Amino acid sequence: MSAQLKPAPPKPFDPVASRAEFEILSRTVYGKTLAYLDNAASAQKPKAVLDAMRHFATSDYANVHRGVHYLSAKATDAYEAARVKVRSFLHAQNPDEIVFTKGGTEAINLVAYAFLAPTIEPGDEIVLTVMEHHSNIVPWHFLCERQGAVLKWVDVADDGSVSADAVDAAIGPKTKLVAISHMSNVLGTVTPLKQIVARAHAKGVPVLADGCQGAVHAIVDVIDLDIDFYALTGHKLYGPTGIGALYGKRAHLKAMRPFNGGGEMIKEVSRDRITYADPPARFEAGTPPIIEAVGLGAAVDYLAGCDRDAIAAHEHDLLAYAADAIEEFNWVRVIGKAPGKGAILAFEAEGMHAHDLATILDREGVAVRAGHHCAQVLMERFGVASTTRASFALYNTRTDVDQFVCALQKARSILA
Amino acid sequence: MDESLRELYQEVILDHSRHPRHFGELANANRVGEGHNPLCGDRVKVYLVVDDAGRIAAVSFQGRGCAISQASASLMTDLIKGRTIAEAERLMGGFLHLVKGEDAADIAPADREHLDVMAGVSAFPMRVKCATLAWHTMKSALEDGEVAKSE
Repeated sequence: MSAQLKPAPPKPFDPVASRAEFEILSRTVYGKTLAYLDNAASAQKPKAVLDAMRHFATSDYANVHRGVHYLSAKATDAYEAARVKVRSFLHAQNPDEIVFTKGGTEAINLVAYAFLAPTIEPGDEIVLTVMEHHSNIVPWHFLCERQGAVLKWVDVADDGSVSADAVDAAIGPKTKLVAISHMSNVLGTVTPLKQIVARAHAKGVPVLADGCQGAVHAIVDVIDLDIDFYALTGHKLYGPTGIGALYGKRAHLKAMRPFNGGGEMIKEVSRDRITYADPPARFEAGTPPIIEAVGLGAAVDYLAGCDRDAIAAHEHDLLAYAADAIEEFNWVRVIGKAPGKGAILAFEAEGMHAHDLATILDREGVAVRAGHHCAQVLMERFGVASTTRASFALYNTRTDVDQFVCALQKARSILA
Repeated sequence: MDESLRELYQEVILDHSRHPRHFGELANANRVGEGHNPLCGDRVKVYLVVDDAGRIAAVSFQGRGCAISQASASLMTDLIKGRTIAEAERLMGGFLHLVKGEDAADIAPADREHLDVMAGVSAFPMRVKCATLAWHTMKSALEDGEVAKSE
């Protein structure tokens, strides 16, 4: 048993100082200061992440789990150390409950294919909400198309909130899984995951959370949540692209069939027989994104070294400050006002299409997302074709919000 | 203000987008096309009446979208009405060159005069698809959009 190292106390959080760690934030666009408010699409990377990847690639890199040589051992150690970091980040019990994937989408597809598909029968149901991202809709749709599964949609309230009661009401005797976002990428709604899991488990139904947004803004404790699966992606978490992770309870992972076939996921291969490796290797066929995994490890370390409550408070301040400012305009309608929502602000502006608005904001140095945000079911629910979305990260400041609000007024003067 | 923005959202464009010409369904259309921009979710429907001589006798469009896509659709309906199919397709070819910032010398001067307001789109590569949506939809209406007769 190795001694438990006591983690260093988090350093006080200073958003302005943190900006220095994100080199890209000091660049200009069209000669304007950059106000990067597209964090829910992808976050920028701190120096610590980029340095860790560069250091690994220039001093310890080789393929993992294969060679007997020095560098292969170093690389394997670094890759497995990253898994341990993600385990700590999610407060999971065992590193082998963390499967590296290429992102949140692959993590959810993995569960659909390897956990649900082998047992799903025509008429079996999957419960999900109307605010899911397409990555938490389409994999389940596959099971409808191919195996006759049925999707049971849980509506959100007009303010965008989701209640455990509404989810519970949708769970019936044929429900095989609840697949729900931890935090909506449009509404910012944070779902009452713990209650939902408790309700679902009371009916014997497992729960998967899409944590691509949730893991960025909330402290996730998969043991406390008692959740069956939790999917996250690296690039929204201040880490690199091409890497994500799936947490799955050990008993589930052990019982699941493999996902992709290839090297590393087998024990033995003969001409007529294959035995599969134990999890997590069973689900990591082929050479994994090793440098990216190291980057993800550095990203969760970076967050673990920050005072996350202070970050959350800061992001909420930005959200409230921005919402107050734009709601002064009688031509703006904010979509999503659930109590306790995360730092995402989606809105419609009268007489201005989201794409025109985003083009003008862009020329003012303000990066936002315009469109359906891969959530067309939700857009339909709120009767809009597209919205403009500003989403905040730890490095944003009230100055960014001021720049955004000014640009919004400018767009109004041009378009309306 | 940014010059390229001023050119993109010039008054003619905004006027077309606020008061689109030939907007609505065409009851007697014999060609209908439906276009969709999956990037933003915008949809447009183009209705055409093509007469026996292969001429576009009437045209309309319906849908919602950004100022660029609405203005482009509106402008297109103004321009293709009365043209033969071949002329409309040639005009589309020239228009695509124009909004992509390529050599658009194949557009007749009289048409060029009307289409020049869209040239500013070429400075916004992310918006070219908005400008071309209605035109591609018109082409698909001509190619595969024959409306089945109920009798």
